Amino acid sequence: MKKRVSALSLAALTAASALLAGCGSGQEAASSNAGGASKGAGELYVYNWGEYIDESVIDQFEEETGITVHYDMFETNEEMYPIIEAGAVNYDVVCPSDYMIQKMRENDLLAEINFDNVPNIDQIDPAYMEMAQAFDPENKYAVPYCWGTVGILYNTQRLEELGVEPPTKWADLWDERLKDEILMQDSVRDAFMVALKKDGYSMNSTDEAELQQAKQDLIDQKPLVQAYVIDQVRDKMIGGEAAVGVIYSGEMLYIQDEVANLDLGYSLEYVLPEEGTNLWLDGWVIPKNAKNKENAEKWIDFLCRPEIALANFEYITYPTPNKGAFELLDPEMQNNKVVFPDLDSLKNSEVFEYLGEDADILYNELWKEVKSN
Amino acid sequence: MNRKLLAGPYLIWMIGFVLIPLALIFYYGLTDRSGAFTLANIVSIATEEHAKAMWLSLGLSFVSTLICLLLAYPLAMILRSRGMGRTSFIVFIFVLPMWMNFLLRTMAWQTLLEKNGVINGILSALHLPVQSLINTPGAIILGMVYNFLPFMVLPVYNVLCKIDDNTINAARDLGANFWQTLFRIWLPLSLPGIISGITMVFIPALTTFVISNLLGGSKILLIGNVIEQEFNKSGNWNLGSGLSLVLMAFIIISMAILAKYDKTGEGSMF
Repeated sequence: MKKRVSALSLAALTAASALLAGCGSGQEAASSNAGGASKGAGELYVYNWGEYIDESVIDQFEEETGITVHYDMFETNEEMYPIIEAGAVNYDVVCPSDYMIQKMRENDLLAEINFDNVPNIDQIDPAYMEMAQAFDPENKYAVPYCWGTVGILYNTQRLEELGVEPPTKWADLWDERLKDEILMQDSVRDAFMVALKKDGYSMNSTDEAELQQAKQDLIDQKPLVQAYVIDQVRDKMIGGEAAVGVIYSGEMLYIQDEVANLDLGYSLEYVLPEEGTNLWLDGWVIPKNAKNKENAEKWIDFLCRPEIALANFEYITYPTPNKGAFELLDPEMQNNKVVFPDLDSLKNSEVFEYLGEDADILYNELWKEVKSN
Repeated sequence: MNRKLLAGPYLIWMIGFVLIPLALIFYYGLTDRSGAFTLANIVSIATEEHAKAMWLSLGLSFVSTLICLLLAYPLAMILRSRGMGRTSFIVFIFVLPMWMNFLLRTMAWQTLLEKNGVINGILSALHLPVQSLINTPGAIILGMVYNFLPFMVLPVYNVLCKIDDNTINAARDLGANFWQTLFRIWLPLSLPGIISGITMVFIPALTTFVISNLLGGSKILLIGNVIEQEFNKSGNWNLGSGLSLVLMAFIIISMAILAKYDKTGEGSMF
């Protein structure tokens, strides 16, 4: 999920082009995959997160199957959704996150995957198929691709200087001594997750009173926050800018490497907060208007192959749900609890759910209040 | 006939990249999610958060425009008083940073202003107290001034170059001192340049969201950030478009005010 090409201008550009694309929507898809260039085994339109695949894997897929892959990338789930909904481009296979898969499923945008064409589904650890049931109750629409947790990253030396004990729970991010030392996630649901979990509520809460309380907590916390950022948490923490930051576990392998290589004079540790956290899962789905559904299934099957999943894991460094790939890893990595936490340490954690339009609006309103305060 | 053909590309450009997008913004801005007509998106500018973001944007961009003008005008006068050869070199130096991407330059400021950044590194090497520079309104203004200053310098410089030396000499001959010459000759004659400079600084400053994100740490919400959030994060294109329309109205109003002062009509958009 959250590995974003940090080009904000790019986001602006894509928003603009999405607007243009939206205008030609409706009746007839603009893509020309029906006629003309139907050479070899056909085509496949893939829509994935930026930097979310080892690109040599795409070449290998093309070579093996003869299918021509058209590969596009998105930066946020919200940016991807209207494009699939409008059907301006008929993507055959898309990789959204948990709550977005649910939203697409509920709005009838997804096709059921024919698992006869995806024999490698056995390679996916059943534990993650179960996790996926949070947003896909019968495991009919999505195949898990990457997963991870959200936790607190802290700079041990900096905390010592400040005389603050290492954090163990979200509530520690409200410690007055951490003024101007906290990096929070700059996204609605992630920020509210922290506050809701601290207060002991579900991070999928739609209860107005609970959300108001979470909002007030975030406003109280704001003077302590140095900045609300997304991917910059990683670089700012490596650079020693802040003492603690809320971060996606997938960044940890990179951070561990950097810290080891740079001889920084301080160490960065990752902790899963006691109150529980966000357990996220991205999966491949097939939109209903896909024109090359069988090719899409071939693609998903190919990605479930252990060697391929391993190549992707090594590139993306986000935990893989593929048990075949996991077994191919060296034991040191297998025991890296930051990347692969014990599943029972995640008891209190939840997967984001799509909360419906009204709740979405409420969250965004409250978030704007936090930000403008 | 030939001429009409030559105009073709511009016509396509205007329709495809100006009129259709604008019509879409109007369509989204004036409808709700179900597609029914509504003014709610426009009226929502009055809600506390939106109004606050709007005023903050207006305030910050006003201050940056003023600073740009105060910096650019003396510079343009200095440039004008120099010989041609040297001037073009100075102008070149001034425009040089613009060869690099705007986003990269703003990110460079982030590195300069950070807590462990370059400026604080120098300060602490000199045993001076470390300042918290980044994530403040001041940092956003700095970013705006830095990025948009060339857009003020160039039009002002161009219009100053067009002023005949004899006009200035005549004023001095008749006994006007420096300030009298400045207020009665320089400023009135350079008004078109000043106005186009203001236009070119104020509008991007008012609508920016990148500078406030990068240098304000997303803690300071400008109207540009609100609109960006509606499009990219909340997925509420209707509200985003409605607020964009309000922003456009503010820009048109400020341009109309400026146009009143620009009698020759050289600098304004009308």
